[in-house]
Amino acid sequence: MQGILALSWCDRAETRGQEVAVGKWKSGAATGLTLAAWLVAAAPGGAYTVYVTNEKDNTVTIIDSSKLEAVRTVKVGQRPRGVILSKDHKWLLICASDDNNVQVFDARTMEYVKTLPSGPDPELFVLHPSGNPLYIANEDDNLVTVVDIETDKVLAEIAVGVEPEGMGMSPDGKVLVNTSETTNMAHFIDTATNATIDNVLVDSRPRVAEFTADGAQVWVSAEIGGTVTVIDAKTRKILGKVEFHIPGVNHDAIQPVGVRIAKDGKRAFVALGPANRVAVIDTATLKVEKYLLVGQRVWQLAFTPDERLLFTTNGTSNDVSVIDVEKLRVVRSIKVGRYPWGVVVAPF
Amino acid sequence: MGENANRRRCRGPACGKARRASLVSAAVAAQLTLAPIALGQQQGSTGRIPAAPSDPVKQTAIVLARELRDPSPPLSLLDFPPQDDGVAGARLAVNDNNTTGRFLKQEFTLEVVQSGAASELVSEVAKRVDGGAGFVVADTSAETVLALADALQGREALVINAGSGDDRLRGRDCRANVLHTAPSRAMLADGLAQYLVWKQWRRWVLVRGTGPADEAFAEALRRAAKRFGAKIVEERAFKVEAGSRRADGGHEQIQQQIPSFTQNAPAHDVLLVADEGGQFGEYFPYRTWDPRPVAGTQGLVPTSWHPALEQWGATQFQNRFRRLASRTMRPLDYDIWVAVRSIGEAASRAKSAAPKDLIAYLKSTDFDLAAFKGRKLTYRPWDGQLRQPILVATAKLPVTVSPQPGFLHQFSELDTLGIDKPETECRAFSP
Repeated sequence: MQGILALSWCDRAETRGQEVAVGKWKSGAATGLTLAAWLVAAAPGGAYTVYVTNEKDNTVTIIDSSKLEAVRTVKVGQRPRGVILSKDHKWLLICASDDNNVQVFDARTMEYVKTLPSGPDPELFVLHPSGNPLYIANEDDNLVTVVDIETDKVLAEIAVGVEPEGMGMSPDGKVLVNTSETTNMAHFIDTATNATIDNVLVDSRPRVAEFTADGAQVWVSAEIGGTVTVIDAKTRKILGKVEFHIPGVNHDAIQPVGVRIAKDGKRAFVALGPANRVAVIDTATLKVEKYLLVGQRVWQLAFTPDERLLFTTNGTSNDVSVIDVEKLRVVRSIKVGRYPWGVVVAPF
Repeated sequence: MGENANRRRCRGPACGKARRASLVSAAVAAQLTLAPIALGQQQGSTGRIPAAPSDPVKQTAIVLARELRDPSPPLSLLDFPPQDDGVAGARLAVNDNNTTGRFLKQEFTLEVVQSGAASELVSEVAKRVDGGAGFVVADTSAETVLALADALQGREALVINAGSGDDRLRGRDCRANVLHTAPSRAMLADGLAQYLVWKQWRRWVLVRGTGPADEAFAEALRRAAKRFGAKIVEERAFKVEAGSRRADGGHEQIQQQIPSFTQNAPAHDVLLVADEGGQFGEYFPYRTWDPRPVAGTQGLVPTSWHPALEQWGATQFQNRFRRLASRTMRPLDYDIWVAVRSIGEAASRAKSAAPKDLIAYLKSTDFDLAAFKGRKLTYRPWDGQLRQPILVATAKLPVTVSPQPGFLHQFSELDTLGIDKPETECRAFSP
């Protein structure tokens, strides 16, 4: 571990009015904002903390969802990509891909807590719904590594296809779905035995696997194939494929990556990479309702806990777009670090 | 950067005619059959294969045909190719195919057949095809690609040309049983030209060697200039005086020779070299009379792959290769990797090991391959050429990737590179 920026950071949930006066923010624009300015912020929904990993800068940008502004930038390990919170929201876990480990920070203070073993080149990961263990895709080693986040021990390594990436967990915690980018499969893994149950061939370069909240379906995006495959979680049969057509955008540029599905199961949001759009999909028909223009090379997505806002990481334009989920409109773009990659939102 | 530039087989100044003769007798190389990755070896590893136990593993046999050629040694000690140039790419692709194949009960084997004599190479490859191999990846001269294709005509076998950029193989001499993963000279020239035009470096002086490959690349550059609105303001032929590769001394004379050779050229933005054999092009950067960038076969070059490419997930791919081969990946490794992975991809999609099914799938519009170029790669239905972005690079880093922004196409922007459907002279693929 190196370069942890030891800024004292007030707990924003409790001392929000003072925090700006501390003057620790990297963003000059944020400095000197008053409580009044904070109160008139137009963002719908509650006040949450949004964490964005900046792959090129080795930093995490922290955004206040009520202000829709970057309020802090923290140095982390090398090439931070996947980012999640522990079940109790105390810890922020970051895949530091070029450090070949997972780094744990206190989510409120951003103080470094510890480093977890991860296997080589961790990219994306998912926690068991019970809060432990952590399942990590090792893109460089055709493995999923299972790590106990309390004892920091590697519990198992599961052999999967070439370049494992996407990690989806069923809501009941029984089934893990991993995608392998060069093998082009979604591997269904029994979390009780760590044995592979099934392997479903999808389109080229699958990036993300996401279960619906009811656990009935798994949605798998294929970046090069340009589709999202919807799989029945029980039978592992393919129920359908979402296809994308954007007038005036070259078909090759439509490269689905991030997938988020609303808790009520009615709408799905898919980030389309260099097409610079997020597709809004009616889950009943698998048809695209709308394409929302966001920043460049949009990859990962995260809802606020109330699902009123959706944040997108736009890699090549170094910003985050904020989507008003109800109005289906992009309401703000927020400058972050270079090559923003992952995003997660804390309920505080 | 055609077949002669990066694809040498000799490994040092000692390489010569005697080497060719000795290799003729040692025609058949090591069998590189790679078993599927053993499961359960790692602690805690439990990647159980779910397929029904009654399903037999289906085998797909791939032959890599290497023609050992004997070109002049390169100017730079850095440019001697490794002995396993291309072979390492094939090995990595077979590993990748087998990692995928173990989930589908498919297994891929690779046999390298190499010879300095084309006729012997063709007959040895034909024996493998008689033995059931359905796929021949060719790293050979253009003539030998044709000899292989014609020898295998009528059999259920496909040749994938990964070694020759010769446009006639995609044009008047195309064959229905040949696909091409190596970019054609026209694709390379177009990829470079688009970037030069994007830079507004539209006035070119072209210095070409006197060999047929140099003339072919020069012709591709002339075509590219016409297509994209550049102008070759003057051409000069550079005659290489045959001699030893080095003497004790050298820079003194080169430092005089290149400035005087490039003196009195019309106003130009960039100097292009067409030197596929790598015999003089490296002498031009920093030595020209006018201070102009050098591009073409040396200097800023168009290429299918670069050892420092890290975009589009290429980092993991490069790491995987380096672990396997203990060196960086070269364009020939990539072109052969794409060929072998194409076969694996077809097998997993067609769910078959029968060459007939796989060949049909490879040639169908359903086929696409993810190959670390940021978009899907497909084969052109009119000549069997792989559509792919072309990197434009210096020795250390990629500079850009063509097609460039603004070069539009009715169907695929990738078809702004190389010979497009309306202009193809290939008839073998016509329905």
